[in-house]
Amino acid sequence: MEYFVQQLINGLTLGAIYGLIAIGYTMVYGIIGMINFAHGEIYMIGAFIAVISFIVLGAAGITWVPVMLMLVLIISMVFTSIYGWTIERLAYRPLRGSFRLAPLISAIGMSIFLQNYVQLVQGARVKPMPPVIQGGFVIMERADGFVVSLSYLQILIIVLTTVLMVGFTGLITRTELGRAQRACEQDKTMAGLLGVNVDRTISLTFVLGAALAAVAGVMVTMYYGVIDFFIGFLAGVKAFTAAVLGGIGSLPGAMLGGLLIGLIEAFWSAYFSIEYKDVATFAILVLVLIFRPTGLLGKPEIEKV
Amino acid sequence: MTAIASHANARPGLNVGAMLKEAGLTALVALALTFPLVGLRTVDVGSRLTITTRFDEVLISVLLVFVGRIGLILTREGHALPVLVVSLVVAVAAWFAPLPSEILRVITIAGAAVLAIRAVIAVRRDRSTLSQQERDRAMDRLGARVQDAAMWIGPIAVVFAIALPFMPFASRSVVDIGILILTYIMLGWGLNIVVGLAGLLDLGYVAFYAVGAYSYALLAHYFGFSFWLCLPLAGLLAAFSGLVLGFPVLRLRGDYFAIVTLGFGEIIRVVLLNWAVFTGGPNGISGIPRPSFFGIADFDRRPPEGEIAFHQLFGIAFDPMHRIIFLYYLILVLALLVNFFTMRIRKLPLGRAWEALREDDIACTSLGINRTNIKLAAFTIAAMFGGFAGSFFATRQGFISPESFTFIESAIILAIVVLGGMGSQIGVVVAALIVIGLPEAFRELAEYRMLTFGMGMVLIMVWRPRGLLAHRDPTILLHPRRSARQQQADSEAGA
Repeated sequence: MEYFVQQLINGLTLGAIYGLIAIGYTMVYGIIGMINFAHGEIYMIGAFIAVISFIVLGAAGITWVPVMLMLVLIISMVFTSIYGWTIERLAYRPLRGSFRLAPLISAIGMSIFLQNYVQLVQGARVKPMPPVIQGGFVIMERADGFVVSLSYLQILIIVLTTVLMVGFTGLITRTELGRAQRACEQDKTMAGLLGVNVDRTISLTFVLGAALAAVAGVMVTMYYGVIDFFIGFLAGVKAFTAAVLGGIGSLPGAMLGGLLIGLIEAFWSAYFSIEYKDVATFAILVLVLIFRPTGLLGKPEIEKV
Repeated sequence: MTAIASHANARPGLNVGAMLKEAGLTALVALALTFPLVGLRTVDVGSRLTITTRFDEVLISVLLVFVGRIGLILTREGHALPVLVVSLVVAVAAWFAPLPSEILRVITIAGAAVLAIRAVIAVRRDRSTLSQQERDRAMDRLGARVQDAAMWIGPIAVVFAIALPFMPFASRSVVDIGILILTYIMLGWGLNIVVGLAGLLDLGYVAFYAVGAYSYALLAHYFGFSFWLCLPLAGLLAAFSGLVLGFPVLRLRGDYFAIVTLGFGEIIRVVLLNWAVFTGGPNGISGIPRPSFFGIADFDRRPPEGEIAFHQLFGIAFDPMHRIIFLYYLILVLALLVNFFTMRIRKLPLGRAWEALREDDIACTSLGINRTNIKLAAFTIAAMFGGFAGSFFATRQGFISPESFTFIESAIILAIVVLGGMGSQIGVVVAALIVIGLPEAFRELAEYRMLTFGMGMVLIMVWRPRGLLAHRDPTILLHPRRSARQQQADSEAGA
């Protein structure tokens, strides 16, 4: 029981992070129908900028945790968004209206490029980060001394994710930008005719997705304490799985899928085998795509001739 | 830069303010992109991370972007000639100037070259860029010309490949690189069946390569089977795994299919990595036996008692090169086999169904073609060739581990097919020479290999999504005698 609760907490934390990345996949797929393979790399860049800004802020003497965290989040979101914007502008926009697999191939190329770019400019070694937030609550204790704990960091991650997701849902459902975004999702030509700036809306979609991935990057940096230039690939595939599981194109689906993937991964490593935890995710990806390509909350897609 | 600016002032009709604003904005974006990641480098000092700064590189990159953008604007506004001159000067200067890193040099030269090409086009056509259609038509013409030329380039290339080991410059390393390139050509041709003919994006082709390699290694390790027995077995096992994996996934749409094949590729790799008792795990399998001369003779200096060695069989002096040359011819024959197979099958109903499916799968289904079956055929056949290549890889290396079968390997093979032009056999050869051969030739730039490679994939997609030498030649014609070039001319006249 105690062990189960601990895994539940770990899984939820992990799931929150995956959910944030998955939103980027699902939004981009919703609006331009492509798998943004480089999105995992965006998250990796967010994590690197987080490490760099932690060190710079530490050197500048800003060490009060709330301020530091706030600043790191903002810096990382801003710079990572610019990466997201640039990638769309350079690698995807010229391909709009090209044959269907071209954007995916371009995205794979972009992903390889970004990985090697970061490796080249930041070095291939693992980057360790000293913990910023330590300590936590003890929730339960078993007779043999096994302690179920909920760290402050985990609380922060879950709360921050919830706040972001609520805010983000508000953004999509209530603001003008969200309306434009949903309109482009349904029919870009018609939205354009009615005065929506389609290019700008698509760019903003990438910017928003990148900003959320940057938050995930900051949190992973603090949670695991190590990052390297290769973390984007696996996290990307897992978040994509989350998006597919929840139903690609659906925002609540991405959040739900993220949580489920996080829980599955935590329980799989705890009860079966830690070596095969990635296989579990890949297997879910394959199974969902084969048996229920629309995911849990997605709408079926009708191909028009 | 001052040269451009003064020249720009001299001509009327150019809004210098707007130009500087546009270029300045681009430079600002470049600053934001490079400042944190390039300018602030994290380094370990003891157990702590600290930062070293490299603002000189940031400054140079931003400056380059600024100047480059001004060059683009000037070309667009019809001042191409000075841009051409300046960009050529910059390219030459970058070759000799002391820049803080090699990568900046490469980027500068490449950027200046692109700018120069644009300027040349602008000078000749009075416009800075060609429209997508014009570009496609020009490249189609090139593709068609290459296709025609393939009639004589192909045989010449084969003769050259056969003669290569006996050329005066053919040292051991040259033949080794030849083997490497041929392996990738074979893999490229194999994948071309799936990607180029059937139009399915397979991101996990390396899985079948791995199945082939491990089949041979394990069969040799546990049962002592020889290479010549294992080669067909490895192909069969890979084909079988292609059949099993392909069956459930082939109903999926293009990009989902791609991701699922990626998933399968990774699953196979993780299993190979973790099933240590059977596959050796991360340590891999070493001591894989080398191939014999068709089971008759070995390539050892001193063969075991009662057996005969290659040099004794032919009564020549022992030379370690014999084995290398034999491997070279082996892979050459295997690769040509794949090529021959593809060329022939394109003329059969199956091959035609593949190409029809690539062009429009809904129309294809309504004409009564069983989509799943013919996709499965493409997937299985390509998997078989991947298996052959894998067992060759195992016997050549003598050692395999899951490290050799990562996603990047799939991406490289895919890039060879995509760069060369989907469906073009000669394009695969050209692309393999570029992707595999060039990095071997410029060893000092090896670090930047994957970087340029990713960039190349993006650029090719932006510039010409079907690949450099893509040529969609109808396999069935009303008047079959005319050459591809003539058809091109006709279709242009018609259009």
